[in-house]
Amino acid sequence: MFIYLDNASTTKPCPEAVQSAVEAMTGNFGNPSSLHRAGLDAQLAMDKARKIIAGSVGTESGNIIFTSGATESNNLALRGISSAYGRKRRKIVASSVEHASVDETLSALEKSGFEIVRVSPREDGRFYSADFVNACDENTVMLTMMYVNNETGYIMPVKETFTSVKRKYPEIITHSDCVQAYMKIPFRVTALGADLISLSGHKVHAPKGIGALYIKKGIRILPEVTGGKQEKGIRSGTESVPLICAFGASVGKYNQSIKERFEKVSALKSHLLENISGIDGVSVNSPDDGSPYVINISASGKRSEIMLHYLESRNIYVSSGSACSKGQQSGVLGEFGIKGKNADSALRISITAETTESELDEFANALRDGIKNIRG
Amino acid sequence: MKEVVLVKFGEMVLKGLNKRTFEDMLRKNIKRRLRSLGKFELTTAQSTTYITPLDENIELEEVVDRVGKIFGIAALCRACVCEKDFGDIAEKSVEYLNDILGNAKTFKVNAKRSDKAFPMKSPEICAELGGVLLERFPNLSVDVKNPDVTVTVEVRDTNAYVHAENIKGAGGLPVGSSGKALLLLSGGIDSPVAGYMMAKRGVHIAAIHYVSPPYTSDRAQLKVETLCEKLTEYCGGIAFFCVPFTEIQEAIKDNCPEEFFTIIMRRLMMEIAQRIAGKDNCLALITGESVGQVASQTMAAMACTDAVCRIPVFRPCVGMDKTEIIEIARKIDTFETSIEPYEDCCTVFTPRHPKVKPKLADIEKAQSAFDFEPLIQRAVENTEMKSFDYSK
Repeated sequence: MFIYLDNASTTKPCPEAVQSAVEAMTGNFGNPSSLHRAGLDAQLAMDKARKIIAGSVGTESGNIIFTSGATESNNLALRGISSAYGRKRRKIVASSVEHASVDETLSALEKSGFEIVRVSPREDGRFYSADFVNACDENTVMLTMMYVNNETGYIMPVKETFTSVKRKYPEIITHSDCVQAYMKIPFRVTALGADLISLSGHKVHAPKGIGALYIKKGIRILPEVTGGKQEKGIRSGTESVPLICAFGASVGKYNQSIKERFEKVSALKSHLLENISGIDGVSVNSPDDGSPYVINISASGKRSEIMLHYLESRNIYVSSGSACSKGQQSGVLGEFGIKGKNADSALRISITAETTESELDEFANALRDGIKNIRG
Repeated sequence: MKEVVLVKFGEMVLKGLNKRTFEDMLRKNIKRRLRSLGKFELTTAQSTTYITPLDENIELEEVVDRVGKIFGIAALCRACVCEKDFGDIAEKSVEYLNDILGNAKTFKVNAKRSDKAFPMKSPEICAELGGVLLERFPNLSVDVKNPDVTVTVEVRDTNAYVHAENIKGAGGLPVGSSGKALLLLSGGIDSPVAGYMMAKRGVHIAAIHYVSPPYTSDRAQLKVETLCEKLTEYCGGIAFFCVPFTEIQEAIKDNCPEEFFTIIMRRLMMEIAQRIAGKDNCLALITGESVGQVASQTMAAMACTDAVCRIPVFRPCVGMDKTEIIEIARKIDTFETSIEPYEDCCTVFTPRHPKVKPKLADIEKAQSAFDFEPLIQRAVENTEMKSFDYSK
């Protein structure tokens, strides 16, 4: 057995999701585009999942496009919007702490001639909506801003920023990578002021390989993948019915308990922070008002990777940096003012409501031992 | 800062003694539409309903979005609740409108004082508050004719309210206040629009659809069910009747001249519809026909169809161009579903050369060649009913 504290990287698929995927691979295996009953049954199963996911962010089924994951959703959002609207307006504004799937895509768009403005947090490590409004102008086509930072759990002022920007520049299209907020913080797309949001399945106890993009009605987007015109022609390719059904099943399950789980996870976070506050040299990088699901700490100058493997030897799995980048430092911590030794020794503990206090206690003990035993 | 949504009634304010019935109907419709968002308090005074959220996490954007689709409402707005004291009004206005006024160039203040005991008169409120806002927002200047922002202060019975954005309501009369009618829903673009337009006039909608398997598919029926679901956003609950129609269509094909197929089919559809309407307390039928759009929608063809009808047939799209109909279909979000390419009952056995100016006598003679009555009775008996309710 191991203690899994890396849920911001991926989560364990829940039994409902697994069962739903198995059903779609054994009984209900038709191609949803086929005209016969087997096709229709597959389509109905997919429609059901789409409706659940749409409802979970306060929209209708027609506004949800399934993709292979949030990386594809982010790519589709940024590239699809810049091709549809970016002929005259050539500027994209983003936060400086976006996930690589947004940041690298922006860099690619920069090479093709877009001006990219990355807004940093102020000295207090916080983002202010006014800074984004000031970065936008008549030439701006799009604003993208993640909801919850994947490395620190910092909650970005998405709603305030999108509302203020839209008020001044109604034509700017807003996109939010909501991967680390989805099923953790309750939100509705209309209230958020977002024209597009990216969602991921495997961060919410569904399998890997499935994600979604919400596209507000009336927003045009050009496809990146062309073919049989599935997903309204925005994302061709036979839909992965098993993964879509699994995604729907997990959202159907977890959408009921966002508030309760938030409270439980908040209590777990407090428990952990209390427990490690007594360890010499440990500092907390996550803000107090951040998402309780992500806790970033620095361990007394012990290099993250070494500490990670030390913890691994005790069957405890955490993450250094962002796991998607295989341990590469992303610069995001630096943006939040976490630099030098503190950045080199940063660990990300990401929990769920199923995490137990005793697991966290065991982690704290192992961390304490690691600090004592690891040389250098 | 406490925020509420103010809902201003539409033309029902002109009603006489039965106004209360309309108001009650509207309140009921609002409550039903907001139920899934949380708890609200609804109070009504002076032709305005105040929606006060009682739960902390209720998003007012969503409330406005939903209420904006309810018929019977002329306008709505989010407003900040103030004490009936000028100091409080001024202070809260600055805070509440900071974002809007900070981004505007010109503004004016509008004041309504329905509580005449309030010490300042409306023009005084305007002048004083205008002064405060000008001082606080140096970017602003006053423009009474064409301002970017109109700040409205309403001094009412128990509180004062400040708001700056009036949103146009859906208009019309509260659904249910005009009785019930049965909509012939084919799955095309026009019939959902017709249903929407009648609902706007307060008509509670039920829908009827004809299926002809294997000529039509399950997907075609599902498409119509999706349309019903979408209509519930405007029309509230819809009873959906699905009529098995294969037998009748095959009988027409076998027994009647080809050029009359469509007209005879429509007459039989109307016959079945009015029998179902009678069972479901519907006082009229609604269709999406528009004069001259297709062969079965010429005036002569409509006259032949109407000859079998014993209750009124409403055709709200009758004078509209296709582009106008499509515009509404897009607005109510039925267009994309309507254009899904599944064969519906209307296009089964379409004649190559339909009669565009049919004579009633010819049609009646052609139809009398076969006794459709047992088939009609069977179709009515085997009709299936499903209910669609506002599900958000």
